[in-house]
Amino acid sequence: MHDIQPERQYREFLAQNRFMIQRARSSGRYVFYPRVAEPLSGDTDLEWVEASGRGTVYATTVVRRKPPEPSYNVALIDLAEGPRMMSRVVGIDADAVRIGMPVQARIVDDGGMPLVVFDALPEPN
Amino acid sequence: MLGFPSGRTAIVGAATFGVGKSPGFEAMDLTVRASLLALADAGIALRDVDALFVAQPQDTLAGLSFADYLGLRPKISDCNRSGGSAFMLQLEHAALALDAGYCDVALIAYGSNQATASGALVQSSKNAFWDAQYKPIRPISAYALAASRHMHQYGTTKRQLAEVAVAARRWAQLNPEAHMRDPLTLDEVVSARLISDPLGVRDCCLVTDGAAAIVMTRADRARDCRKAPVYALAAASTVTHADISAMPDLTVTGAAESGARAYAQAGVGAADIDVVQVYDAFTINTILFLEDLGFCAKGEGGAFVENGAIAPGGQLPVNTSGGGLSYCHPGMFGLFTLVESVRQLRGECGERQVAGAELALAHGNGGLLSSQATVILGSHAS
Repeated sequence: MHDIQPERQYREFLAQNRFMIQRARSSGRYVFYPRVAEPLSGDTDLEWVEASGRGTVYATTVVRRKPPEPSYNVALIDLAEGPRMMSRVVGIDADAVRIGMPVQARIVDDGGMPLVVFDALPEPN
Repeated sequence: MLGFPSGRTAIVGAATFGVGKSPGFEAMDLTVRASLLALADAGIALRDVDALFVAQPQDTLAGLSFADYLGLRPKISDCNRSGGSAFMLQLEHAALALDAGYCDVALIAYGSNQATASGALVQSSKNAFWDAQYKPIRPISAYALAASRHMHQYGTTKRQLAEVAVAARRWAQLNPEAHMRDPLTLDEVVSARLISDPLGVRDCCLVTDGAAAIVMTRADRARDCRKAPVYALAAASTVTHADISAMPDLTVTGAAESGARAYAQAGVGAADIDVVQVYDAFTINTILFLEDLGFCAKGEGGAFVENGAIAPGGQLPVNTSGGGLSYCHPGMFGLFTLVESVRQLRGECGERQVAGAELALAHGNGGLLSSQATVILGSHAS
C-alpha cells in the first residue's frame, strides 16, 4: 500500500531537482496540483510522472512593488501534458511576458526553497 | 412544487449602516445597527427573528456571535463562508427554509470595520500552497490574470475597463451615501498607478467600513409589513474553482450557469431586467458578469460599456449605488447589491432612481471568481 501524500511528496521530489506531476492510470489524464484522487472520477490510482516542463503562457500579470523592491511576474502556464499551474516566467522583463509564449520549466532556489519557474523560449514562426 | 419557491418569499426590510468610515465601532456593532434598521424598515420586532444568516470576514462563527449579542435563540444560524457571494446563497437558503416552514423571519446581515481597524481588505482566506509560492497579491492578481486573458482573447482595452470605474463613480455622485463622489475621468483611471497589470488602483474596489442587512419572510406575512414586499423570484449559484490556477476558462465565470438557472426560475431573460447590480471588486468583473449574465455576447463586454452605456442615462443601469468601486467595499460586497436592488424596486433612490424599475438582478462573486450567485428580485410576485 503506497498512499500518496501529495504536497509532501511533491516537495521531496522538488528537493531532488525533479518536477513531478500525477497521472491517473485508468484514464491516462494528467493531474496538477497533486492530490489523493483524480477529479470527477475519484479514482485513487494516481502515479507520479516526470513533467516534460514544456508549457505555454495562458495568462500573465506583473505584481508591482514599491521601488527598490523589484516588480515580478506571475503567470498561468498550460503544461504540455494538459494541466495548468501558476508560476513565474523569469529571464526577461516581467512585463515582456506574453500570452501564448512557449516556456520551459526549471527548478530554482527561492529563498532556500526549490521552486518551479519557467524560461521563455524563442517563439516559433 | 419543486425548485426555488419563486415569489413565495420576499424581502421586507433593508438597511445599511456606517458606510465609509466608522471609527470606534467593532464589526458586530455595525452589523447589529444595520439589522435593527432593517427590522424597523420591515416593522418586525427583533424577537420575531428565528433564522440568522450572518457572514463576517473576521468572525468565522458570526451567526453565533450575532445571536449572543442580541440574546436570540434562532432555529437556524448560518455562517456561510463562500466569500462575497455568501449573502446570495443565504437568501437562497433562507427562501427555501421559509417556504418549508422551518422558520418565519430570516435576517441576513453583514458588517466590517476593516478600513478603520486595519486600513486594508481583511481576508479570511488564502491561496493554497501551489499558487501561494508565486506570491500573487490576493485577490487582485487573480482578477488581473483574468483581465489579461480577456484582453488577449477579445481585444478588451484598459480604457474599456476604465469605463466601468467611471460609470460607477457617476452613479456614486448621485448617491449621498457613497464614499467616493469626486469626479473621475477615463484618463485618470487608465494612468493610475499599476498594482497588478493590467489593473491599476482605480480598477480596484474601495476599502471602507460598513454594514448591511435584509429581512425576509413568506409572501403572506410580507403583505402586512410596513413597505411593499420585494419578492425573491430566483436564486442560483455555482462554484467553478478555488484558486485562479484552477479556473477552467478565465474569460467565462460561473455566472453563465448561475444566471441561466436564475432566469429559468424566474421565467425571465436578461432583456426583461430593469436594473443590474454586480459585485464589482475589480473593473474586469463587471465586464465578465455582463457577458455571462447575457446582457451582451461573450467578448463584447468591453465595447458594451463604452460611451457611458452603464452610467446614469446609459442604455443599462448597472451598479446604481456606485458599486464596490465607488459606493463602499467593506470586504464582502454582495449584501449591498441586494439592498440597492430593494431600494430601486421600492423607488427609494432619489436622484439615481431608475424610473419604473420592477425587475432587478443582483449578482455576487466569491473568492477569486470562484463562487458565483445570481438573485432576481421583483416588485410583483410573478
